[in-house]
Amino acid sequence: MEQFPVLAVGDFMLISLREDMSDTQVMNLQDELSKQVTLIRPKGVLIDISSLEIVGSFLGRMLSDIAKIVRILGAEVVIVGMQPTVAMTTVELGKTLGSVLTARNVNSGMGMLRLKTMSSTSLAAASGRS
Amino acid sequence: MNTVRDEIMPLQSESDLITVRQAVRIWMVPEGFNILEQTKMVTAVSELARNAITYGGGGEARLQLLADAARRGIRVTIIDHGVGIEDITKAMVDGYSTGSGLGLGLGGSKRLVDEFNIWSEPGQGTRVEITRWKQ
Ligand SMILES: Nc1ncnc2c1ncn2[C@@H]1O[C@H](COP(=O)(O)OP(=O)(O)O)[C@@H](O)[C@H]1O
Ligand SMILES: [Mg+2]
Repeated sequence: MEQFPVLAVGDFMLISLREDMSDTQVMNLQDELSKQVTLIRPKGVLIDISSLEIVGSFLGRMLSDIAKIVRILGAEVVIVGMQPTVAMTTVELGKTLGSVLTARNVNSGMGMLRLKTMSSTSLAAASGRS
Repeated sequence: MNTVRDEIMPLQSESDLITVRQAVRIWMVPEGFNILEQTKMVTAVSELARNAITYGGGGEARLQLLADAARRGIRVTIIDHGVGIEDITKAMVDGYSTGSGLGLGLGGSKRLVDEFNIWSEPGQGTRVEITRWKQ
């Protein structure tokens, strides 16, 4: 997966997208990421898009598809680092990203994932006790 | 209205799409368009160029710098000679797609620019012209 630098941080996986990816590379990303998630079984995946200068409807849909797939595989996804101008443009373009979780940067995304994965564990524990 | 600069670029492949996107940004920077204006225009161009490749079998992108006494602007015309669009009004509606897309390309790119004109003839092809002005 040398096209997309992947970093394991504890239970989480951080993947950084490069600017100007071709459609083929984006589809490879979906494939590769599903494989990695099945293999590594992270609790959460952070997708860093800070280097992307635009997010069109194609990439937006691919990102929200990736989030759905990863969620089915048992991990949470947060898209982090979207540039403010990209965010403003995306809103005007339409509902490209669906209901994907987003965070300002890797740190806050990590915090979000911790909260998400912790609460589901403690909820499970709580219901197991009752 | 004067055309200060005029260039036609091929639009057949994914890499052409990237080249056109980069060219639009490069043309806009010295004209004083800010990053948000650049991003909106480049995103709109990207949507239309993708349509020309996906549905129109490829075509060309024409980039123009325009100037009159009051203002300057950038115009990008995306042309293909493919199947054309049967019902433009329907195609412009958010969420309408005959492919597997989100159906936001046409409606969305119109929202991102100052002027949006579309011509299409079934069996002849499609031409979409978008313009962004710098006051
Ligand atoms: N250049 C084109 N040639 C033929 N049909 C087109 C072209 N551009 C758009 N269309 C039609 O208009 C529809 C809506 O386009 P768009 O809003 O970009 O959404 P999407 O690409 O997600 O389908 C397309 O599904 C297609 O049927
Ligand atoms: Mg489209």
